[in-house]
Amino acid sequence: MRKWISLVSAALALAFAAPPAIAADTPDPLADAKAFQKYFTTKFPKLKLEDFVNGPYSMNEDLYKQWQEKEQFPPYEFALEAGKEMFATPFRNGKTYGDCFPNQGIGIRQNYPYFDEKEGKVITLELALNRCREANGEPPFSYVKDEMASLTAYMAFTSRGKPFDIKIPDERRALEAYQKGKEYFYTRRGQLNFSCATCHVQEPGERIRAEVLAPALGIMNALPIYRSEWSGMGTTSRRLVTCNSQTRAVPINPQDEEYRDVEYYLSYMSNGLPISGPGARP
Amino acid sequence: MKNLTSNMMLIATLLISGATFARAASSEADFKAAYAAAEAANKEAAGLRNQWTTTAATLAAAKKSADSGDFDQAVTQSREAEALAKASVFQATSEKERWKDLEIR
Repeated sequence: MRKWISLVSAALALAFAAPPAIAADTPDPLADAKAFQKYFTTKFPKLKLEDFVNGPYSMNEDLYKQWQEKEQFPPYEFALEAGKEMFATPFRNGKTYGDCFPNQGIGIRQNYPYFDEKEGKVITLELALNRCREANGEPPFSYVKDEMASLTAYMAFTSRGKPFDIKIPDERRALEAYQKGKEYFYTRRGQLNFSCATCHVQEPGERIRAEVLAPALGIMNALPIYRSEWSGMGTTSRRLVTCNSQTRAVPINPQDEEYRDVEYYLSYMSNGLPISGPGARP
Repeated sequence: MKNLTSNMMLIATLLISGATFARAASSEADFKAAYAAAEAANKEAAGLRNQWTTTAATLAAAKKSADSGDFDQAVTQSREAEALAKASVFQATSEKERWKDLEIR
């Protein structure tokens, strides 16, 4: 009996002697977001937190002035109008996009992407829109431009000013998706050996050829965007695909797991910053 | 003097024939082997989700050269494509840990 008591005491002593060590790789999204935002606010002390959603315009005075003028007649206006009309137009079965979303799809952009605990994967707004179409017997849209950009432009517009509110459920699969998104963001790829962070963490505000690089903080808040370089609108998917090809990496397919995860990670990093989409960029 | 001239002629002949031998034309079989090696390396990069656009472009150029019958150029381009694909595999492998060096903490 005494032997048993000794053994149990020893086991308890071992269990409580030191707190369980948290593995260095255990994701801590809240701490990450705090460090991420601090990095940018320290690097650009004159900017308010909400200014970061304006991308390169917040980094360069001349660009800021041009943007203010551009906003008088914003180049995304046609897409916005088209999106509004498409959103209200019923499918052939009489249902609408609004029937697929909470609050009829109005003012909900700030909650996307989210982690679907039933499916165990990240659901972006673009994916949800195409799923809505397919569930109602309609063919999916291209993920990179045109109709998808118009629809997401309208949905973003109805959320303007609302802070990103991305949730990461405290469960293994959600944390894994978050961690994979983080890994994708910092991983160098392509012949130029660039990661997303090379441009948008290390060099925001600097020029790469004629472009002023946007900070990673707030970069998702303005999407979708009209880019003068594209002469048209582009979605989050288009932005990610283009970033890959610019580094001479073969892009993966829009809405592949890696892209959804990195969108999840980056959106979470910008929690608390207002939605400003649709945006316009040089 | 006559001996010297003969020797020089002999050396020159050997040098020319050596150079010709070194630049022996590549065959279609050489191209096929080089191209297959490049494709295999690029497939490995695809498995790591890290192909480079330049590898694809160089493979396409090699095929085009082979189609036009220029197997020397086709082999050179295939070898270049293989080197690019191998570099992308190295990148993907080393980045499995190296990405952490860039992380904001």
